[in-house]
Amino acid sequence: MKRKEKVIKNVNMQVEIAGITLRNPIMPASGTFGYGEEYAPYLDLNSLGAIVTKGLSLNPKAGNNTPRVCETVGGMLNAIGLQNVGIEQFIYQKMPFLEQFDTPVIVNFFGNTQDEYGEVAARLDELPGVAGLEMNISCPNVKHGGIIFGTDPQAAFAAVASVRKRTSKPLIVKLTPNVTDIQVTARAAEEAGADAISLINTLTGMAVDVKTRRPRLANTIGGLSGPAIRPIAVRLVHQVVQAVKIPVIGIGGISRAMDALEFLIVGAKAVQVGTANFVDPNAMATIITELENFCLEEGIDDINDLIGTLEV
Amino acid sequence: MKNHKTIVLSNQEISPGYFRMRILAPDYSRLAKPGQFVMFRVQRSLLPLLRRPFGIFRTGFMPADCDTMPPKEFIEIIYKVVGSGTEIMQGLHYGDPVELLGPLGSGFDLNLTSGDNILVGGGIGLVPLYMLAESIADPSRAEVLIGGRSRDDIITVTEFERLGVKTFVSTEDGSIGDAGLVTKVLEQRLEQKPKARVFACGPMPMIRAVEKICRSKGVALQVSLEELMACGVGACLGCVVKGEGHTTERPSYLCTCTVGPVFNASDLAWDNHDHASGAVSYGGCECGEKR
Ligand SMILES: Cc1cc2nc3c(=O)[nH]c(=O)nc-3n(C[C@H](O)[C@H](O)[C@H](O)COP(=O)(O)OP(=O)(O)OC[C@H]3O[C@@H](n4cnc5c(N)ncnc54)[C@H](O)[C@@H]3O)c2cc1C
Ligand SMILES: Cc1cc2nc3c(=O)[nH]c(=O)nc-3n(C[C@H](O)[C@H](O)[C@H](O)COP(=O)(O)O)c2cc1C
Ligand code: FES
Repeated sequence: MKRKEKVIKNVNMQVEIAGITLRNPIMPASGTFGYGEEYAPYLDLNSLGAIVTKGLSLNPKAGNNTPRVCETVGGMLNAIGLQNVGIEQFIYQKMPFLEQFDTPVIVNFFGNTQDEYGEVAARLDELPGVAGLEMNISCPNVKHGGIIFGTDPQAAFAAVASVRKRTSKPLIVKLTPNVTDIQVTARAAEEAGADAISLINTLTGMAVDVKTRRPRLANTIGGLSGPAIRPIAVRLVHQVVQAVKIPVIGIGGISRAMDALEFLIVGAKAVQVGTANFVDPNAMATIITELENFCLEEGIDDINDLIGTLEV
Repeated sequence: MKNHKTIVLSNQEISPGYFRMRILAPDYSRLAKPGQFVMFRVQRSLLPLLRRPFGIFRTGFMPADCDTMPPKEFIEIIYKVVGSGTEIMQGLHYGDPVELLGPLGSGFDLNLTSGDNILVGGGIGLVPLYMLAESIADPSRAEVLIGGRSRDDIITVTEFERLGVKTFVSTEDGSIGDAGLVTKVLEQRLEQKPKARVFACGPMPMIRAVEKICRSKGVALQVSLEELMACGVGACLGCVVKGEGHTTERPSYLCTCTVGPVFNASDLAWDNHDHASGAVSYGGCECGEKR
């Protein structure tokens, strides 16, 4: 990227994804930001590009036994088990709060069958306060021996296609990194009608308490997130950007503006911040400010000019 | 609730392996309630990654560095060195940058502190009970049962005594105070004060034993629990405990960080309460569904 000579005072931080206008490319990652209200005391929700809510299912879901979280070097494992309030409670208890803000609300959702995905999408489609849907396909298909939708390109295609039929809202499909060839899943999602792709969800991992010889998580296996996964996430985003035409949202281990920039430079149009919210509830606000400062220093007056400028 | 980028004021070893740290904490004496906690960032790097939860021992003011400045407001925490985060903490000095998120959680229900009160603490479990004792209207009708494995684990006795609260010390190895479990002392004290309300914090086996005793005697009990936490604000759902009436079909999970850490014992499921150390496990994917 060449450094421009001109001195600028304002940076356009606005980006557009699948028809959703974001005031900047920074938003929380699902499951790390609750339903927004948990972090409202610490952070102005109107400063974010979007709000992404905790994964939602048709019916309330209880989640796993504890322990559900454990720290690892530079990251953490979680097996929350997608505990959530279910769509009815979400509409009546969580949406009114979210609608107070002038920030697009993206609702992350999942199902355990293809039909369930479709049902949730149809309900969300009716809600004017929802700007877009993020479909989590890192879930087991209970009708097919529990194989994860996102690891089986055909199942992923079918699920995305069935959701596509039930909603006209912008549809972001969130990919699991636990596959051999991410480009295959990404193309399946695109062909099935996704408007955008987000990645990565957590990498499966495991930790053992050597004294008790038990797994550290009640669920044995959990999802790894945090700074430790960033290089893997950047690589996967890079590969997906090459494979599809629809916009890509980068996720994985972002704690600072420099981390977010890596994803933007490889071609992500926006990024999500997850585990870093736990470390610093103000992390996203800091990233937004630093990102703007970076652009000012580098003489970039539109953040879009930075996206996909990787030189290889 | 706020995140303060702040500094350590002092950090002293009060018993082998136990430290008392004073941290600059604006507004805490006004905001913090007994039983609340903070999420403490031990240093401004990404190692260790997550914040550590610590109960607030007390709040206070100390004189400013010069006359024209307002007094400095602080909190104190007492911690036991057990792992990577607390190992870093024991090396911190005056002026070291740290971060405090809080005050968090529900705290004790102080409407229930009239009459006789018995506070039961094991080891580091004494920490949240001190502020509770400070807020009890009639300290002469309160007593604190201080338990631990050995002499080194007995902390804060003089602090409670200074409040005018009667103290009963017991150790498992008999190295100080009565020999035996703190729960044995509780049974004796409840003979004397059968209408007392009980407040307990400590290791899970102690909490369970206290709950059994209080249930059999029909005595009201509030407990402060520890669970593994990532966010401390109710966002990650990592810190849940099972609520009263929890079944697999009709699950009830309560966040320790927002609904707790203090619970009415009657609001929790005791028979199948899985704690961090005793949870069942089965194979599955990251979503927790059995394959
Ligand atoms: C509400 C609450 C109040 C607490 N108050 C106090 C207190 O006043 N004094 C005190 O000494 N300790 C207290 N604890 C326990 C304290 O949080 C742990 O001892 C501490 O986090 C250990 O950190 P570490 O890095 O040294 O240990 P490590 O074992 O290296 O920690 C690894 C991870 O496990 C977590 N962890 C380990 N042990 C515990 C535990 N017992 N409870 C919760 N998380 C744990 C850590 O936070 C970290 O995320 C409290 C815990 C909770 C939930
Ligand atoms: C505690 C926790 C809960 C999560 N819950 C969800 C979820 O409900 N739905 C989802 O699609 N992703 C979920 N994720 C994955 C994150 O959205 C994100 O993809 C992942 O953590 C990687 O980003 P990070 O390294 O910035 O945390 C969760 C992650 C964590 C740590
Ligand atoms: S620690 Fe995250 S919800 Fe309690």
